[in-house]
Amino acid sequence: MNWKRAIVTVAGVGIPVIALLSYGMTRDPRSIPSPLPGRAAPVFTRAVFAPGEDPTLRRAVGDSIRLADHNGQVVVVNFWASWCLACRDEHETLSMIARRYADQGVRFYGLLYNDEPRNGIKWIAQMGGQAYPALEDPSARTAIDYGLYGVPETFVVDQRGIVAHKYLGPVRPGELSQLLDSLLLAGARSTTTDAPVTRALPSPDSAR
Amino acid sequence: MIRILGLAAVWVALGMSVAGIIAAIWGLTRQRAPLVASAFQTVYVNFALLTIAVVAMVYALVTHDFSIGYVAQVGSRNTPTFYTVISLWGALEGSILFWGWVMAMYSAVVVWTNRHREGGLVPWASVALLTICLFFYILLVGPANPWHLVFPTPADGPGPNPLLQNHILMAIHPPLLYLGYVGMAVPFAFAVGALLAGEIHSDDWIKLTRRWTLSAWAFLSLAIIAGMWWSYEVLGWGGYWAWDPVENASFMPWLTATAFLHSAMVQERRGMLKLWNVNLIVSTFLLTILGTFLTRSGIVSSVHAFTTGTIGYYFLAFIALALVVSLVLVAGNSEGLRSEGHLDAAASRETVFLFNNLFLTGFTFVVVLGTLFPLVAEAFKGVKVTVGAPFFNKMTIPICVALLFLMGVGPSLPWKATSREHLRKMFILPAAVAIGIVVLALVLGMRDVYGMLAFAFAGFAIVCNTREYVIGVQARRRAHGEMIPVAFVRLVAANRRRYGGYLAHMGIITVAAAITASSSFRFEREATLKPGQSMPVKGDLSVRLKTMWGKDEPQREVVGADVEILRGGKVVGLLDPRMNFYRSQDQPVPTPAVRSRPTGDVYINLMAYTPDGQSATLRVIIEPFVPWIWFGGLVVALGAVVSAWPARRRTV
Repeated sequence: MNWKRAIVTVAGVGIPVIALLSYGMTRDPRSIPSPLPGRAAPVFTRAVFAPGEDPTLRRAVGDSIRLADHNGQVVVVNFWASWCLACRDEHETLSMIARRYADQGVRFYGLLYNDEPRNGIKWIAQMGGQAYPALEDPSARTAIDYGLYGVPETFVVDQRGIVAHKYLGPVRPGELSQLLDSLLLAGARSTTTDAPVTRALPSPDSAR
Repeated sequence: MIRILGLAAVWVALGMSVAGIIAAIWGLTRQRAPLVASAFQTVYVNFALLTIAVVAMVYALVTHDFSIGYVAQVGSRNTPTFYTVISLWGALEGSILFWGWVMAMYSAVVVWTNRHREGGLVPWASVALLTICLFFYILLVGPANPWHLVFPTPADGPGPNPLLQNHILMAIHPPLLYLGYVGMAVPFAFAVGALLAGEIHSDDWIKLTRRWTLSAWAFLSLAIIAGMWWSYEVLGWGGYWAWDPVENASFMPWLTATAFLHSAMVQERRGMLKLWNVNLIVSTFLLTILGTFLTRSGIVSSVHAFTTGTIGYYFLAFIALALVVSLVLVAGNSEGLRSEGHLDAAASRETVFLFNNLFLTGFTFVVVLGTLFPLVAEAFKGVKVTVGAPFFNKMTIPICVALLFLMGVGPSLPWKATSREHLRKMFILPAAVAIGIVVLALVLGMRDVYGMLAFAFAGFAIVCNTREYVIGVQARRRAHGEMIPVAFVRLVAANRRRYGGYLAHMGIITVAAAITASSSFRFEREATLKPGQSMPVKGDLSVRLKTMWGKDEPQREVVGADVEILRGGKVVGLLDPRMNFYRSQDQPVPTPAVRSRPTGDVYINLMAYTPDGQSATLRVIIEPFVPWIWFGGLVVALGAVVSAWPARRRTV
């Protein structure tokens, strides 16, 4: 029995592995800090992979979009994925509202979450197009900055760069346009509404 | 009453294993054979006690004794009896109980079948086995106690997780997985036993270990395939593998065990790779425990969330113990594990095995890295990251392609060295097939390089492995003048290990080719239809929504769509994708409907519908060649059975 070698191996291999796993016990992978509405929106710089159809919103593929460049504008940031079912429900609503508010300076961006851009492009084509540009989010870095819990989630950032509201699940047309109207009216005043979280799936009642 | 019986059985088993461990160590160090024999007795008694505990729990589940914590957690009077019985492994505490029982069973079988063996190997192995058992018994009386009293007794329970009572595979996948996972503890116990008994230099223990690894490996292979199948049939996303931490947890030990099954042959033949083999066995066991820890402690996020509690700390302590003991034993004895032989030539079977091991351990490393990377990144850089399928696919597909190639080359090369002439003779036909496949793929419009290589090497390897059978059968026919079927059976019977191995290769190749085909040529379409309306899918295939229906069952409400499958306008089949609304849950559970044919599946999922039944949104996925994945899995297991089947006893 070579004790020296044994101790060196334990110190070199065993201790680091145990330390890492012990550290893991102190963390909760599900608790991702979320920038609550009312706080500054995390800035991002992300590349366009699908240009968008609306002439005002359209940006060329490969363009870099910086949230910081949109000071003074209301920005709607939607996180989505081609594998996400609830994203289909809100897709038409988002494009419709994006077109309606384009002239008033509201900008829409769709950030692809945990998915490949080519799947995203195919999905957009299947869904009959999208008014606003779609951006890549490699390694889900921006999604993590925004404390994403799942897709879809939609963040509305006001003229000062403050998150005015966060929607979990598909957005409803009435809610979003109401919020945009009030933001545009109030100028830079941020609001934190307590609109109910929309549900992604139908309730059992609809089965009866 | 039944509560006391079950809990008491586990407590007594706990005491018995402590006594057994002490008796064995005492008997071994003081050379007292009766003490060692009594340690063996405790192993058998443990198995009997755990059997009582499991039967008691099943009885409690079936009789709806809601005063028992676990029954109150997973039971429900509305759940069909079948799903009530299998909810034994449907949640944390029950799965630990089941695990402990399988562990006790393996221990008893291992000790019983080797009880007459001379030397310290089996007694020391029984110490290792009893220690692992002891850990599970501690969990069962501590953080994972399924027997705790619920007062006042509830009238009814919520029933099992809906996803776990939705499909028959739930009865098959978990037991197979436990048989595979827990089975990897046996080779580990033999390795520890051989190290402690000083028998690691002899090659005897590796032969003993190989057969046990092979059977555990076969269960694990089947379990992984069954898990893929379950995910495919139940979850409704039309896929079967997502690189989720829990899937990775079952896959990592499979990879290292596969590497061991190959490198063990090199040790048996050439006396090489001794240290490496011990490392592989130890790693395999540690990875099973690590995988369990990852999924039961909640330190990486996964779709397979188990309720978390203090149990993670127990697992952490156990991993630390197992890791430190193994490292001390292996590193401390590494001098005795030097190779006797050395590589003779580049083109030999040993070399292929070396590369096979290199790729398999590289594969394991990638999966471990991807699974643990979020943890490492947070520990060192304080950032949250997720590692998704794109990382794993990018890193592992080239490795898979290389392994397919090796699976063809290995069986065709002799041990030690070979001649140029032999090489040419062996590889002209397979190489021609591979080139033919590439040309065909190009003509058919395929442009994905790795996809093409995968098909080409799959063809290459199938030819190589099939030819081994052909050569053997021809030789027998020449030598003995036997009919082809007779020659075939006798050939395999005389060399079970070898031809079982080739069969397992063919199974793996089938799985790999089917996965490549199904992911390369998958096609999906979605539409909202009114009853009577149809939608074209692909080619002359279309589907028509016939009618929507709903029905009440005791534990759930079911909404279904009857969908006709049409080929060229003619009805060729009927599918009924459903949505199940369990009373205990607020989210519906989709149940896709699948029509399987050898060329592929038509997979239909009911995505949404209007409550009046006037329209339904259907997603139709064409999944080419998917059934071959399940078939290939069965072939792998069959190959392992042929390989592990005990040879007829010969009188010496």
